[in-house]
Amino acid sequence: MKSTPLLFLNVIIIATCGLIYELLAATVSSYVLGDSVTQFSFIIGVYLFAMGVGSYLSRYIDKNIAEKFIDIELAVAVIGGFSAPLLFLTFAYVTYFGIILYSMVFIIGTLVGLEIPLLMRILKDELDFKELVSRVLALDYVGALVASLLFPIFLVPKLGLNRTSLVFGMLNAAVGVWATWLLEPLITKRKATILRIKGVIVLVLLAIALIKADRLTTLAEDALFVDNIIYTKSSHYQRIVVTKGKTGYALFLNGNLQFNSFDEYRYHEALVHPAFAAFQGDVKRVLVLGGGDGLALREIEKYSSVEFIQLVDLDPDMTKVSSAVPALGDLNKHSFSDPRVHVTNGDAFVWLDAVQAEPFDIAIIDFPDPNNFALGKLYSTRFYNLLKQKLRPDSAVVIQTTSPLIARNSFWCVMKTLESSGYTVKPYQTTVPSFGIWGFALAKLQPFDKPAKPPANVELRFLNNETFASLFEFPADTSRPDVDLEINRLDNQALVRYYETEWRRFEQ
Amino acid sequence: MISLTRRELLTIFLGAPFAMNACRSGESRPFPEGQIVGQSATLGHILRENRTFDVPPDNWESKKVAIIGGGIAGLSAAWKLKKQNFNDFVLLELEKEVGGTSVSSKGEPVGYPWGAHYLPVPFKENAELISLLDEMSLLEGRDSGGEVTVKEQFLCREPEERVFYKGRWYEGLYLTVGASEEDKRQFAEFQKQVDSWVNWRDAKGRRAFAVPLANCSDDVQVTGLDKISFADWLRQNGFTSERLLWYCDYATRDDYGLKADQASAWVGLFYFCSRVRKSGVESQPFITCPEGNGQFVNHFFDKVKDNIRKGQIVVSVVPTDKGVDVTCLDGKELRGMHCDKVIYASPMFTAPYLIRGFRDDPPFAANEFQHNAWFVANLFLKDRPKSRFVKDFPLAWDNVLYESQSLGYVTATHQKGIDYGPTVLTYYYPMCEDAAGRTTLFNYDWKQLADVCLTDLARAHPDIYELTQRIDIMRWGHAMISPRPNFIWSGIREKAEKPYRNIHFAHTDLSGIALFEEAFYHGLRTSSEIMKAIKTG
Repeated sequence: MKSTPLLFLNVIIIATCGLIYELLAATVSSYVLGDSVTQFSFIIGVYLFAMGVGSYLSRYIDKNIAEKFIDIELAVAVIGGFSAPLLFLTFAYVTYFGIILYSMVFIIGTLVGLEIPLLMRILKDELDFKELVSRVLALDYVGALVASLLFPIFLVPKLGLNRTSLVFGMLNAAVGVWATWLLEPLITKRKATILRIKGVIVLVLLAIALIKADRLTTLAEDALFVDNIIYTKSSHYQRIVVTKGKTGYALFLNGNLQFNSFDEYRYHEALVHPAFAAFQGDVKRVLVLGGGDGLALREIEKYSSVEFIQLVDLDPDMTKVSSAVPALGDLNKHSFSDPRVHVTNGDAFVWLDAVQAEPFDIAIIDFPDPNNFALGKLYSTRFYNLLKQKLRPDSAVVIQTTSPLIARNSFWCVMKTLESSGYTVKPYQTTVPSFGIWGFALAKLQPFDKPAKPPANVELRFLNNETFASLFEFPADTSRPDVDLEINRLDNQALVRYYETEWRRFEQ
Repeated sequence: MISLTRRELLTIFLGAPFAMNACRSGESRPFPEGQIVGQSATLGHILRENRTFDVPPDNWESKKVAIIGGGIAGLSAAWKLKKQNFNDFVLLELEKEVGGTSVSSKGEPVGYPWGAHYLPVPFKENAELISLLDEMSLLEGRDSGGEVTVKEQFLCREPEERVFYKGRWYEGLYLTVGASEEDKRQFAEFQKQVDSWVNWRDAKGRRAFAVPLANCSDDVQVTGLDKISFADWLRQNGFTSERLLWYCDYATRDDYGLKADQASAWVGLFYFCSRVRKSGVESQPFITCPEGNGQFVNHFFDKVKDNIRKGQIVVSVVPTDKGVDVTCLDGKELRGMHCDKVIYASPMFTAPYLIRGFRDDPPFAANEFQHNAWFVANLFLKDRPKSRFVKDFPLAWDNVLYESQSLGYVTATHQKGIDYGPTVLTYYYPMCEDAAGRTTLFNYDWKQLADVCLTDLARAHPDIYELTQRIDIMRWGHAMISPRPNFIWSGIREKAEKPYRNIHFAHTDLSGIALFEEAFYHGLRTSSEIMKAIKTG
């Protein structure tokens, strides 16, 4: 066969693709399940074993070997190509994740294991056995080297896991289609045509997925898949993930985006400075509840009048992230090392209930969205009543209150809850591209006017005198809805139910 | 102790199919430490020996009133006497701590109950109980209808209940997942029947089911329900849905320690109707805190502690021409007390053993006041059980296992908003499967009961063995009165409520149901009877 040397190129590509799928599965699982040593070890073991099973099964293929070989290549292209996206999609259903993961690894391994023995049998008439074994196996291992070098250096940083998976699926399919010509003498014309049509269908499917993957990059979850994960930690309370992508660094808690470095200043300026603008006189004592990323602290520390900052965050691993990831330390300007900052790790609800403290001039409340009961209590009348004990009559409070566009009832439920707890509330909103339209509550225990301008003499990148007042304006689609909203109390947790209903619309 | 295999033990407490499974899965797990606590069963049984006791002449004193028994009834009576500036009384408690089945313990991070753990918010009519809540600063105000509102932090926090069924946790007590159309129809029909009883009024305008029970209608249309079991009533009304029957059975086990076929239909409906203001309105919310009804005990104790004597084994109560002579064993020493009046706030079945002359001419049949047995375990966990499925409903206040003879557990830290780290779970098990539940219960030691508890919970929480650092267990031999058919409306309550010479009976047994409100009612009733008698001389 004149094409024999090209078939050897085929071996390299098959080997490369096979190893890439294996690395993808191990990377995805170690990200999702943690404990990368275990994940890599298990995946490699299962994969190699499955290859053995595939090699063994090859003995049962007697007829039309060339045709079956191409079929197998196309099957590997589909399953391997879609493996990473599929694993990420099933990630939400962690219950079955292990089963899906290992089934997939086993199937891919078995198919890849079939390939080399079949190819060797196709080539056995062209070369003598000694030559055949030495060339095929040598090239197989070369392919493995290529894959293992490309994967961490080029593929993951440049393409991300999803696109790597899809691109190699396409490469695999292309090789399959190409092989219909290389193996032409061994396949009937009709069969070759059918195989080519199959191959094109596989290529088109993978290409569509690749284009979609590109288009979905703005979605937070996809950022998870595409961006390079530079830090993960499963703390006692949550899974902390830091990624680095084209736009910058992003922090995720349990898969929910907390900030992206390219636009977080918009969020944190909007979170911190309106409270300072609303407070009459010099701010000396500031309470921060949540905010373990230290970014709100960075904004607070811009005020030289501040003498004491008490930060209460649930998770010690969270308040340590900025020392663990130097890029985050740079981003928050090492705000935790400011001597004015005092950190307590604990549940803010329990802290407010149990700990005595001098009243604060300003309280900045930056909790994750109320997507479970443990968080819902941090937005309840009881919580806001407990907070009062840490405030002076003229103190100013700011609370992050989710998106008034996506979760309109949730947003206004918090406003109503604050009002019924005795606060005067000035809701406001702004745009943070990573999140969308985002809302906040500015509240005081006494009537007050909306601040007209941000505080003077503070260096700001986002807020300015011209647009500050417009923060307090609500377009028609985010304004107070004309429905009788419930007040969020501990004994009804109405907010968690609103929030779940509203955000569920955006889930798959 | 009878010796039996683990399989036999688990079969008795958890059912045969489950026991087989549980025994198959390894026995070499870590096992926490702990002990049997409280309840001096042996002390209590001295009463039954019916000995004579001679008090040394120097050991006599005089008190206007003695209250025998420091459960909610006795404590309420004491609280009320004190509130009326009456101080010449003493409360005698058998145990080391007062509280009866509302007793609780202090602990870290929070206290925890050994029995009763909640009180539904009373209707506005229950002014006395409301005055107690007010005194305890639990109230926030009143709504437009004049009903009291309780401060948020004392009302059971959401999520209130969840149920474990076939490997998963679901919200609520009634199992909605997988319900067939017929299940849904029957549940709606049941709600309709409940609603019609909620709205029902007799000729005098009284409700069919009200708290306290003294305000219930005595119309035969309602009291006739007391003649059959709740299970029979359900059957007669065409209810066959398994999950509805489970729900009703859970209700009677939870409130009365009886299965639906053991409890009367009247008390079964009482459970569903008495705390609903009017049809279509939610049942009254629950007042709770980590130590459960221990918060009321602690409040009462604070108010009357100077009049309380603990560890007093009352050995005889002798009606005399002038009043009542009470003898009690204070440690090793016998002490006597000449009293004008006695408030008898101990379980009614003890009366014939303690009150001289009772047996010769019984004013009522004390042995008809039958109690059932429970055991309660407190598990001290170093951390929360892990959720096995992302979609599992999260840890709630009350956590019930559908396929279990236990009542599940209550989470002590829940009400305080402490959602992470160590907690205490209070596990309840009524001995209602077994006709001789009390005897059965006392045949088992700590290790065996702890094994039952852990094996039961492990079906929902496989990590319970690693998380539990300690289990303490209380065996309640006489936990609560059993409202079986033909008891509450048999006429015995009226007889027993009448004073026997100068002894006024106050125990919650007199209502036939063991509720805080009933004990409180009888405590207050007897204290005002006595105040009236003392004033009129």
